[in-house]
Amino acid sequence: MIAALGRILILGSLLAAAAGALLGFASARTRSFDGLRWARRMAYVYAALIMGAALLMEYALLTHDFSVAYVAQVGSRSVPVWVTIVSLWSSLEGSLLFWGFVLGAYIAIAVWFTRGLYAEYQPAAIGVWLSCATFFSFLLAGPANPFGTVVNPPLDGPGPNPLLQNHALMAVHPPFLYLGYVGMTIPFGFACAALMKGKLGHDILKPLRESLLLPWVFQSMAIMLGGWWAYEVLGWGGYWAWDPVENASLLPWLTATAALHSLMVVERRGILKGWTVTLIQATFLLVILGTFMTRSGVFNSVHSFTQSAIGPTLLVFLAAALLFTVALLSFRIDRLESEGRIEGVATREAMFVINNLVFVLLTFTVLIGTVFPLIVEAVSGKQMSVGRPYFDSMVVPAGVALLFILGIGPALPWGRSTREQMRKALLPPLIGAALLVAIGLLAGVRNAWTLVTLAFGGYAAWVTIVQIGRGHILRGRRRFASYIVHAAVIVVLIAVAVSSSMRETTELHFTSGQTQRASGYDVKFLGVFQQQEAHRSSLIGRFSVSRDGKEVTLLEPRMNQYEMMREPIGTPDVYTTARGDFYMSLSNIDPATQTASITVYSSPLIVWIWIAVIVMALGALFGLRPKKVVAVRDAKAAVPVGSAPEPA
Amino acid sequence: MLAALVVSGGAFAVIAASGINDNLVYYWTPTDLHSNGAKAYGATIRLGGMVSAGSIRKHGGSTVEFDVHDGVKTVHVKTMTVPPQMFRENIGVVVEGTMVRAGYFQSNRLMVSHNNEYKAPKAGHPVEREELEKMLHTVDEGKS
Repeated sequence: MIAALGRILILGSLLAAAAGALLGFASARTRSFDGLRWARRMAYVYAALIMGAALLMEYALLTHDFSVAYVAQVGSRSVPVWVTIVSLWSSLEGSLLFWGFVLGAYIAIAVWFTRGLYAEYQPAAIGVWLSCATFFSFLLAGPANPFGTVVNPPLDGPGPNPLLQNHALMAVHPPFLYLGYVGMTIPFGFACAALMKGKLGHDILKPLRESLLLPWVFQSMAIMLGGWWAYEVLGWGGYWAWDPVENASLLPWLTATAALHSLMVVERRGILKGWTVTLIQATFLLVILGTFMTRSGVFNSVHSFTQSAIGPTLLVFLAAALLFTVALLSFRIDRLESEGRIEGVATREAMFVINNLVFVLLTFTVLIGTVFPLIVEAVSGKQMSVGRPYFDSMVVPAGVALLFILGIGPALPWGRSTREQMRKALLPPLIGAALLVAIGLLAGVRNAWTLVTLAFGGYAAWVTIVQIGRGHILRGRRRFASYIVHAAVIVVLIAVAVSSSMRETTELHFTSGQTQRASGYDVKFLGVFQQQEAHRSSLIGRFSVSRDGKEVTLLEPRMNQYEMMREPIGTPDVYTTARGDFYMSLSNIDPATQTASITVYSSPLIVWIWIAVIVMALGALFGLRPKKVVAVRDAKAAVPVGSAPEPA
Repeated sequence: MLAALVVSGGAFAVIAASGINDNLVYYWTPTDLHSNGAKAYGATIRLGGMVSAGSIRKHGGSTVEFDVHDGVKTVHVKTMTVPPQMFRENIGVVVEGTMVRAGYFQSNRLMVSHNNEYKAPKAGHPVEREELEKMLHTVDEGKS
């Protein structure tokens, strides 16, 4: 019953999306007002149907309706309710349905906000959005149908992948990732529409920027939450391993960040139009590539839950999108004429260009390291991966370069400036650099790259604080927001550099009652405890951690044995302070002899990474000004928004 | 301008290519390791196979020695890491490290297969290559 209804909703969404896409493109050609009106209606219909389908699946999961194939695959009566809810995206078919849900929401919102506006671009943009929607509804209708029927429904199911049940962060990370990934469809649509029109006017810059910034915020959070989850769950004391699936989330973020910056140059100087459009399109293509990498089973990891048949289909879609983009760019990019030029190397716009080049360089570095093993395997059948040192050796210098530009760029004025102006702008921040290096040296930092990071970070922090102090919070809202984001980025980069270069690892073997020392803490092993829950049984090692004779915390790293898994999964435990984390991971535990082997990681400043990314996201959100939309509509878009006196 | 871009792009390509070449991690079975001969010395290798019965020897500290086989060839492994909870005879493992001239595999990472579908082969049967390759990829969860 539910399965049949779900099928109908998905087939309906497929029809609505396809019809709306055709109407959108047709009315872009004919400028038919009726065509556009129907395209918009179809977009709403699509959104309602696909979101309805996802909610229906959620209902089936919550009511444990095992006659629905997907529920039989991932549902279980013995798991907590929150696990049941997040089961929607715990496996392939459901995650695509969730993709549809998010895409539906984005399209409906985008269509709503563009009503009566951007008449030149709107029809084609809707056409592009609904074309993507058509593809994903097609996947759900055919190759990855979540609403299959089970003829003899089982009484209970296996539940989702235990690794995903192991920590509540798993309930948060995927939604953010989808909100980031899927959201990139909207700016892609605007960019394609601009190319089709052969024009990137000032009026389209605002929706382009805002539709890019919002998913960028989600994507930033998603990357951080993924790292945090890995840190809290996987037990190796780190948060980023240059795993292909991690890279898949980072790649579109890099190009999107570059695009957000180059958009400002378009706004201020009317240059870099084609480049910006290309970056936005690359972002979308990297999203599809990332989806292919994580969803097709070409890489095996925590993230590829099933080997599936949708790999080739996604590859075809990627190829089609790539061809479409390249064709569009090659035929139309020269029509996006520049209105100005860069007036020298020591200008703010030149720094934007360098920033963009470094971001693109980073993108290529990560992309090559990620797909190289795939290509080798496809050609020669040999299996390999690219090791961490490659990424570290390439990315660290690029990251440091970005931090350098993050300091110099905002210090330099737009356009040409005199020698005196330059000296005034560039010299004082050196105090900040010296200050931070001094603090680092006192705290024991000796690693050269970390010291360079501190120097550039101190410089950039000085510039950023001066800029924040200079503007008005509400009047210069965008400007204020961007410097908050910059400040947070400085904190992230410093925390990453310090925590990774000053991490201490200690391996310890305990018998019950024993006390040993690690990284300035005394660790006492209190024994092994067992715990039985409905869906898992656990062996827990209990450790009392004290400093200078005073107990500071009780850590309980554990081994969880899930019903459906042969091997246990370890879960580390962390004592977090502002100064640093004391992280304990079990490698071996024996309740019979009351012995345990643990690995202890002590890394300074880790918690600041998570905090700063949250600040970064909030800061960027503050810069999104829905207020202005009203003003624009009142003026019937007669005055291009972007040309108003500019908030940096 | 264009020339500068081409030059810097080329330089980047060269740096990236050599960076990748120096940092490749090979996914090998004991048979692959033997057939690659001298190439195995110094290269970073992920060796996947079964722990031979009766081969585990624990020394003081955390040094462990054991044999890894794929039903055809056997490689002797020495590791300094604490073996994970499930480590035992006849279990699928992946060790990361390199071949040393002394004739054994020096490992700094020992991982037990997390692959639920993996079935140990019956006695006397060679381990299926496909199974091993699958295993080599499914232990990715722990990083060091």
